[in-house]
Amino acid sequence: METLVMPAINFAAIMPETILSIVAMVLLLLNVFVPGEQKAYLAYLSFIGIVVAFFSVVSGWNAPLALQEGFNGSVLQDNFSLFFKAIFLVSAGLAVLISDHYMAKEECNHGELYPLILFATAGMMLMASGTDLMTIFLGLEVLSVSLYVLAGFNRSDIKSNEAGLKYFLLGAFSTGFLLYGMALTYGATGTTKIAKIAAAAAMDGALANNPMFVVGMLLMAVGFSFKIAAAPFHMWTPDVYEGAPTPMTAFMSAGPKAAGFAAFIRVLVVAMPTLKADWSDLLWILAVLTMTVGNIIALSQNNIKRMLAYSSIAHAGYALVGFTAGNGEGTAGILFYMLSYAFMNIGAFAIIILVGKKGEPNNNVEDYAGFGVKHPVLAMVLALFLFSLAGMPPTAGFVGKFYLFSAALKSGYVWLVVIGVLNSAASVYYYLRVMVYMYMKDPVEEFDWMKLSPAVLLSITISVVGVIVPGVVPSIILQLAQKAILL
Amino acid sequence: MNQMPALLSIITFTPLIGVILLLFMNKNNHSVLRGLAMVVTLITFLASLPLVTGFQTNAEFQFVEMVPWIAAGPFQMNYHVGIDGISLWLVILTTFIMPIAVLSTWTAVEEKVKEYMVCLLLLEVGMLGAFISLDLFLFYIFWEVMLIPMYFIIGIWGGKRKIYAAVKFFIYTMVGSLLMLVALIFLYFKAGAGDFNLLHFYQVALDPATQTWLFLAFALAFAIKVPMFPLHTWLPDAHTEAPTAGSVILAAILLKMGTYGFVRFAMPLFPDATEQFTPLIATLAVIGIIYAALVAMVQEDVKKLVAYSSVAHLGFVMLGVFALNQQGVAGGMLQMLNHGVSTGALFLIVGFIYERRHTRLITDFGGLSKQMPIFATVFMIVTLSSIGLPGTNGFVGEFLILLGAFESKLRWYTVIATSGVILSAVYMLWMFQRVMFGELNNPKNQTLKDLNAREIAIMVPLIILIFVMGVYPTPFIDKMNPAIDRMIQLSKTKQAARLQQQVPAVLPQAAPLAAPPVLEMK
Repeated sequence: METLVMPAINFAAIMPETILSIVAMVLLLLNVFVPGEQKAYLAYLSFIGIVVAFFSVVSGWNAPLALQEGFNGSVLQDNFSLFFKAIFLVSAGLAVLISDHYMAKEECNHGELYPLILFATAGMMLMASGTDLMTIFLGLEVLSVSLYVLAGFNRSDIKSNEAGLKYFLLGAFSTGFLLYGMALTYGATGTTKIAKIAAAAAMDGALANNPMFVVGMLLMAVGFSFKIAAAPFHMWTPDVYEGAPTPMTAFMSAGPKAAGFAAFIRVLVVAMPTLKADWSDLLWILAVLTMTVGNIIALSQNNIKRMLAYSSIAHAGYALVGFTAGNGEGTAGILFYMLSYAFMNIGAFAIIILVGKKGEPNNNVEDYAGFGVKHPVLAMVLALFLFSLAGMPPTAGFVGKFYLFSAALKSGYVWLVVIGVLNSAASVYYYLRVMVYMYMKDPVEEFDWMKLSPAVLLSITISVVGVIVPGVVPSIILQLAQKAILL
Repeated sequence: MNQMPALLSIITFTPLIGVILLLFMNKNNHSVLRGLAMVVTLITFLASLPLVTGFQTNAEFQFVEMVPWIAAGPFQMNYHVGIDGISLWLVILTTFIMPIAVLSTWTAVEEKVKEYMVCLLLLEVGMLGAFISLDLFLFYIFWEVMLIPMYFIIGIWGGKRKIYAAVKFFIYTMVGSLLMLVALIFLYFKAGAGDFNLLHFYQVALDPATQTWLFLAFALAFAIKVPMFPLHTWLPDAHTEAPTAGSVILAAILLKMGTYGFVRFAMPLFPDATEQFTPLIATLAVIGIIYAALVAMVQEDVKKLVAYSSVAHLGFVMLGVFALNQQGVAGGMLQMLNHGVSTGALFLIVGFIYERRHTRLITDFGGLSKQMPIFATVFMIVTLSSIGLPGTNGFVGEFLILLGAFESKLRWYTVIATSGVILSAVYMLWMFQRVMFGELNNPKNQTLKDLNAREIAIMVPLIILIFVMGVYPTPFIDKMNPAIDRMIQLSKTKQAARLQQQVPAVLPQAAPLAAPPVLEMK
């Protein structure tokens, strides 16, 4: 009789997840036992929890393999996942900071918001460090379920309800694809461990032609494409982004998208290098479609949240360009870009939140008329974020795009890059449109309802630094990203 | 060598210090804001003068600074700046025009003065940076950074269709420059030089097919900026809608970015493609000259007329540069400076009357010379300089261009282009006649005041330059010549080197000492 061997648990490999989960549960209890309508303390506490988790991420950098691996090889906290974890923490931290102001304004300040954000973040982290298809799936579900609730968090707002329901239905649907793909992969290789799938494929050359394996890869790609909102699987994005509470939109556009990329990259690059010829063609098509669809529809949007939703589709397309490249620079580019995108997009949303008031979200471009006159500093900051999204130097957005596109050029994808830059040029139009209203139209409103809470100010400051510093001196973060690649 | 260390950086970033100071100023104290911007631009100008005195007349890049900047993955970018005879005068032109531009806005811009001055100074940083960059990545950064302040200058302080003009300007330029970025990265990997140093790229021999594509991408970006026919349509809009200082800077300096880009990057980097595309570029240049002149003739708006004259003038510059001989390129470079001075002056003049009458339609004027004699004199001198009357700067440049182009393969293009000289006299003088002479019958014009002391102060340095460069252009050309020689040489040596490389590839045993140095830098 075999003796029961306990798997090596190694909590060091899931330290950030553990910290976030414990903080989240404590906050849930606090929310029940501390009465009162003011929930700001929860925001600050979760921010502290995020900062602590961030330190644990930093301390895990370059750790020896023994400390990275855990749970019998289901989790691997390598530099790749640590970099992604840092991105998740940045987006969660910024989202938490801008939430209290918005939720208090919308009078739906329920304390569960913050634990849900933390749980979602823990789920994303599992997705990034999962080396077993099951772990990735578990992480994805923890993330998704939290996000469904967060999208529909504003119970009294019908659009938020719609967003929650829509996200739930389509998300469940896409999860089906993903699971089916995982099942087929298991059927073809007999394992769900990513390293073992790769080993099986390397051993058995015929596996690359096995329909079960190829279709498994395709279905998983469809599932992940839903998560990163790549066209043609992007349909849920605009409605969900528009309806969800704005801080949650900001969060969803940055963190979960990066998590989707993390799992997508690990599965394709590590588990299925033998199918590279197939998936790089697939990614090429996805990248072109995603960029083009996102940008063209964004051109005609009047609602700034919808505009940013479509623009976030386009940005996923740029990241896919780097993914298509299939080299180390491409992955490093995605890492850098996702981090920059978290700063610039959440930063932009922070200001959008400030412009809105109770009952009047002021989300149309016309509502920004004269904003530059009334609030020159905030308008300048929004312009900075928009220029960064448009990819103008000297911002992080430019460096990220430069890196993604040069990775693709290095692999010889000239036409893909040309399509990419033309898309980028088209995108300039809708970002400029906001600036046209801010600076070149006469003010209609006084914007006197805007007040800057310390938390929002902190998040904007962090975002500004995160956009400018990597734009002017990108070396440090780029080098870190280069050390975090899987290849 | 007693060159001041980091002089170029000091010049380039002095305006940035001005920007930071401006941000802390009270936005309602307009005269302080204007004064500060004026002082900053003047300091920048004075600081740039040692460049002229310290410049050694040779082909080397001088005042070079090089600091490692970005090192990540396969990339190495440096903060690498320096000037040669080609960029020297463009830097000086920039620092010289800026105080004039600031002074010209003294009363023209009353709203958001602080933001306006910030934009002007940021623009100066971008322009100077682009002229001095010897690292292609750095050049691209400055090239793009220039766009943003200009976009705001047109879009916020412009005329009725300012938004249309600003967005058009931005998108046009952006499309070109993004394709250039693709070409830039492609060139980087192709060359395998390990960094973005322009001097390293000069030594790389590329196959003609690659050159063709890369040249097209670079040329598109630069041709949009020049602008060359048929990519010029953004220019009249941008010029007409921009405030006076914006037009002056746009005409005097920003357009030079395009021609400078050809001389500095597109032509020496891709010599075979340059040769291949010379007929096309020359054709477009000649069409630009004739077409813009004809269109200028029928304009009713003085500013639009001057804008089209810009297109024609830049057509001459392109023709001269692509003649690829000493006279042609020198003429082109000189004409760039001349155009900066005289068209800048023309836009200032248009600004003067617009400030007084708030119209620029030719039909609204007539007989102004009786009412405004000083203005008439100034206007006449500038007009003649723009036409290229001997004795003024315009003549020297145009003459050298036509001479050089006639001596080159572009002889027949030159014959046609020469008619553009006549046409320019027609539209400029006809406009001058309708505005300045005839009956002073419009009552609104009978009360016009002549130029005041500030306006005269703006124009005097320009007029002095018009005559100095017209009568004694030698110092300008002398300093340029070695750099121009090198630029022409670069193309020829490189072609020869490539041929040499091909021979040992066919007969390896015949040439055991293969791999000759690709290029001997002088």
